[in-house]
Amino acid sequence: MPAAVGERYLIESPEPLVGALLLAGYRVIGPQAGDGAIVYDEIEAAGALPRGLTDEQSGGHYRLKDGDPDRWFDYVVGPQSIKKYLFPAHQKLWSATRTPDGFDISPAGDDYPKTAFFGMRACEIAAMEIQDKVFDNGQFADSGYGRRRANSLIVAVQCARSAETCFCASMNTGPRAQSGFDIALTELDEGGFLVECGSEAGASILGGLDLAGALDGDWEAALDVTRNAAAMQTRRMVGNVAEVLREHLDHPRWDEVADRCLSCANCTLACPTCFCSDVEDVTDLSGDHAERWRTWDSCFSLDFSYIHGGAVRPSTKSRYRQWMTHKLSSWHDQFGSSGCVGCGRCIAWCPVGIDITEEAAAIAAPLDVTGE
Amino acid sequence: MEALANDPMLPRRYRVLRTWSELSDVRTMELQPVDGSTVSFQPGQFNMLYAFGVGEVAISISGDAADESKIVHTTRSVGAVSKALNSVADGDVIGVRGPFGTAWPVVEEKGRHVVFVAGGLGLAPLRPAIYHVLNNRQDYAGMTLVYGARSPQDLLYPYELQAWKARFDTNVQVTVDHAAPGWSGQVGVVTTSLDRALAGVDGAEVSAFVCGPEIMMRFTVSSLKALGVTEDRIWVSMERNMKCAIGFCGHCQFGPDFICRDGPVFRHDKVSRLIVKREI
Repeated sequence: MPAAVGERYLIESPEPLVGALLLAGYRVIGPQAGDGAIVYDEIEAAGALPRGLTDEQSGGHYRLKDGDPDRWFDYVVGPQSIKKYLFPAHQKLWSATRTPDGFDISPAGDDYPKTAFFGMRACEIAAMEIQDKVFDNGQFADSGYGRRRANSLIVAVQCARSAETCFCASMNTGPRAQSGFDIALTELDEGGFLVECGSEAGASILGGLDLAGALDGDWEAALDVTRNAAAMQTRRMVGNVAEVLREHLDHPRWDEVADRCLSCANCTLACPTCFCSDVEDVTDLSGDHAERWRTWDSCFSLDFSYIHGGAVRPSTKSRYRQWMTHKLSSWHDQFGSSGCVGCGRCIAWCPVGIDITEEAAAIAAPLDVTGE
Repeated sequence: MEALANDPMLPRRYRVLRTWSELSDVRTMELQPVDGSTVSFQPGQFNMLYAFGVGEVAISISGDAADESKIVHTTRSVGAVSKALNSVADGDVIGVRGPFGTAWPVVEEKGRHVVFVAGGLGLAPLRPAIYHVLNNRQDYAGMTLVYGARSPQDLLYPYELQAWKARFDTNVQVTVDHAAPGWSGQVGVVTTSLDRALAGVDGAEVSAFVCGPEIMMRFTVSSLKALGVTEDRIWVSMERNMKCAIGFCGHCQFGPDFICRDGPVFRHDKVSRLIVKREI
């Protein structure tokens, strides 16, 4: 049956949907089990999806476990995000060749095929929409990012459970994605999926499937799925965190967290919105061919703030403070929203389990001026 | 490929017309686009200069914005890229992206007594604004320049300083931290010279443009405020590590601001909250 934007349907399994995307010529990127975690990679059939797996996450802890073998999406986000596709960690910007009269520069193309991101969670979509604003800031636009983004289709999966590290409900980014997807699936408790059609591109894919119309009761069941996921969340971000951090740059908690922080940059690499980058200029041995590469960078590295004379932020305290105040406070000034989507990656993948919600709460709490 | 050709990350080729030594580790170069186009910038803006195969650095523009035939940069050799830029010869080609960033509001501050306070190489980013005021001196109530350097050997643009000082419609004060034999000028920090230069001037008529090391700018702003200059008439130029100059790389963040895009020239009240904090 033909599908329409805004309409809801039922399907039995995600398999035909993956097949339809492949048939339509999409490269399909989806979750898979790899290196002991849920990672994103190209999939050629729904069979590659990590069906039956679930995850256990807490501060500095991530384990994949066997779950209900019939459930398709009972895990949440792993260490990677689709940032690695839209904003590659290592990307050639241009190359230059020495000529008798100086040098010539030619921009690097990129071979980004039409891509469907399958199984994107609400926080993942929110993060992508945040990066959309970063790479088109009104004055300048990253044309490569824009092309990749325009060439991408989003198939969301609405979360049926939350990990212990999740706090998207308090960031208003999930667990249900309200928009930003072309197609969204909710895995219903009784089996089968409710399908939301979010765009014309989504409708054209869904039109080729054997769909049944969803009834009001099905939609209620789907809403219950994400309500239950929200109710599972134990962590939350303090409400006035942007103002709290802005006003407490000298709070003693910064020293305390700096004693634990290894400044390893894991949080920034796992974060789906962190966008800082470095450039590397390289030449071949002849010295006649040069290239510029853009690589992910982190405000936790000492070099990050280096100017002649030394680093501006030599202490771990100042680097942690920069990361957290940027993410939760000055991001609002720069891009009109928080830079945090509550995905919890920085908590799970911090080797010492530093919890951004706990740090924010500590700084927001009234200061005990009597000391110990 | 048209979209790619306009990519703000792609350097354009500029030819070095002329280059000369200013100080032992400081050189100035004049550049012209290889494609023959004219150049246009506002005083206070900067370019990203690329030395082939070595890398790119942010360097302020130090020439006269009224001259659209060339762009002028003064660079101190402090790292691999600036050393490579300072070893180019006349006729060489380098890469340029820009101009980027905010400008000294010299046009907006018409009619005011304009006070420039520069420390060390901070005179270079101020020079385009100084040129503008001197070229249009009749539009301004007054022009004062207070310039401080470490020693007489470290004074940038010494011949121009003399020429500016020789005019009857300027007040140019030059001071050094450490004198040397033959130096008959002032010795001390710029704030002392600033107090002297502005004696008898109504602070309410002053618009001040300040560029130098952060610590020097902080003390200068304190002095200006004590002289009755209001914070919304003081501008400073900030410096941070920059990789992209277009707000993407994140390196130059100063609290809510990207210095490449929201700066480098800031009205002081925009940065006053954070400039007093350590390691921002």
